[in-house]
Amino acid sequence: MNLTKEHLLAMYRQMWTIRHFEDEMAAAYMEGKTPAFDIGSGPVPGEMHLAAGQEPVAVGTCMHLRKEDTVVGTHRPHHFAIAKGIELNKLAAEIFGKESGLGKGKGGHMHLFDVEHKFSCSGIVGASFPPACGAALAAKKMGKDWVAVAFAGEGAANQGSFHEALNLAALWKLPVIFIIEDNSWAISVSKRQSTAIPDNSQRAAGYGIPGVRVDENDVLAVYEVVGEAVQRARRGEGPSLIEVKTDRLYGHFQGDPELYRPKDEVPTLRANDPILRFGKQLLEQGFATQSDLDAAREAAKADVDAAFAFARQSPYPAPESALEDVFVS
Amino acid sequence: MTNERELTMAKAIAEAIDQEMERDERVFVMGEDVGIYGGIFGATQGLYEKYGPERVMDTPISETAFIGAATGAAAEGMRPIVELMFVDFFGVCMDQIYNHLAKNTYMSGGHARYPVVLTTAIGGGYNDAAQHSQCLYGLFAHVPGLKIVVPSTAYDAKGLMISAIRDDNPVMYFFHKGLMGLGWMKYHPRSVTPVPEAPYTIPFGQADVKRTGKDVTIVSLAMMVHRALDAAEELAKEGIEAEVIDLRTLVPLDKEAVVNSVKKTHRLLVVDEDYHSFGMTGEIAAIVAEEALDYLDAPIRRLAVPDVPIPYSRPLEQFVLPSAERIAATVRSMMG
Repeated sequence: MNLTKEHLLAMYRQMWTIRHFEDEMAAAYMEGKTPAFDIGSGPVPGEMHLAAGQEPVAVGTCMHLRKEDTVVGTHRPHHFAIAKGIELNKLAAEIFGKESGLGKGKGGHMHLFDVEHKFSCSGIVGASFPPACGAALAAKKMGKDWVAVAFAGEGAANQGSFHEALNLAALWKLPVIFIIEDNSWAISVSKRQSTAIPDNSQRAAGYGIPGVRVDENDVLAVYEVVGEAVQRARRGEGPSLIEVKTDRLYGHFQGDPELYRPKDEVPTLRANDPILRFGKQLLEQGFATQSDLDAAREAAKADVDAAFAFARQSPYPAPESALEDVFVS
Repeated sequence: MTNERELTMAKAIAEAIDQEMERDERVFVMGEDVGIYGGIFGATQGLYEKYGPERVMDTPISETAFIGAATGAAAEGMRPIVELMFVDFFGVCMDQIYNHLAKNTYMSGGHARYPVVLTTAIGGGYNDAAQHSQCLYGLFAHVPGLKIVVPSTAYDAKGLMISAIRDDNPVMYFFHKGLMGLGWMKYHPRSVTPVPEAPYTIPFGQADVKRTGKDVTIVSLAMMVHRALDAAEELAKEGIEAEVIDLRTLVPLDKEAVVNSVKKTHRLLVVDEDYHSFGMTGEIAAIVAEEALDYLDAPIRRLAVPDVPIPYSRPLEQFVLPSAERIAATVRSMMG
């Protein structure tokens, strides 16, 4: 592992940024939704899919990426967006539906676009694979060593788009990395109920590309495996498929009664929190002191608090601006 | 006097793409059989020989992957032209078109640009039945975010294609198989026109009056423009002068041309090879009802495919597609 103390602490801090962001969002989401839950009320209306617990896959991957690399995320996109470097203020403001948001309030939490940081995502399961292939194709055509990453959940690996894109990427040796976040649940349907094989990385064999499973929700394990895939892509050796075991601490969406989930599952996961484990590891291996860790966590909290304050204070877009931006001029 | 060179629509389209590929390195073509074959309907003929497999890319039969890839490549600054062989095949890739290509710019607040040209073949009349004969541009004009181009002549096809490639928005470009001038399918001779060799553009949202007349306005596009012109020639012998408006683009739509013509002729017939209900004919009728109702001397009439899938057998298909005879008969019935 060639990570310096600064890199490791940056990863630790970023994981906390994601966690605080998601926890704050969970709280903000419930404003105006009690005692009776109405999905359309409160400062953050609509569906809300949070990624607390899934920090390792986003942070472990994006540490390898540069600004000019492309990331295409999913309907549960905040951790990827944060790890790719999107400004927290614009991210939070978009989710609050404000004019200062990434898409001027037109996208919302599942549809985040940042041209500068080359990030996009989609509310449609399995939709990330084809555009990531396109970004990789463009990089290849332009003679750049840029890579593209398509994130998707394990449920998305059963979509036709996954298989079409893997074949295309392998055929054209595209610099793209397909990363499956296996959080065990496609809403309420478990992977065992939906997927013919236990390990999606085996599906790489069908397309003649490397497939690796990371079997622990661990940021350094992700970092190591993704690093090889990114280097391979930059060298022009083509795509890779990686499946990462991860854990969803919240429901599929906020308000999900989670009746399908064993009652002890989430407490067990929280007891094995990937950020706390990573912090402990940094302490034990002498990469950080407790005060380093505390400072990183506090800085992350301050960043998130500032972003939420910005979002809350920002004005709503003028209603008639709904008529703008269908086309660019 | 110079003898102007005439081209088929397929050759005019291929020439437009060729000239833009020469002008702009970011332009490339992908799709099924667009390479050595030159496109099943000839829209990319000669391009592979000139530009090679790096810029004229045959794809696997994976429309979701390669149309989605066009969106992804466009986001990076490339300018892909991507072919959906028949519009009827939209079902396998509609999510990438309807939910992504069409909406991403809006959802990004106008920050993200997707200069994709999605070409596709439309139209029946040659017994290819329900899954290879539809027009469906109304379906794509319905969702906000796609510009919709439907040429009827070689001259229009070239200028509209160059405009499409230079546009920073997603453009769907529908070419009618029966207008392409193919050696293996009967085509309407009027689709072959003089085409200047030098590149030129035709702006979107400008309908073309293909024939002027004072008695009735016939609004149409693609093959039905020619059927309307055929009908107009017959009607002229009877002293009825029809004005034929070729919309050329549905998005943006030249409402003004339609409304102004109806204000002059006081009668409107809308003819479409797409389905009757919830489509182009209803849209044009509604616009005229909203903006020129008082000018009408007769009820608005519509001719379109009567809400059945396109049938296979010749007499059945010919019955459902609007013909010059039926257009003429409908106009006569409006003249009382």
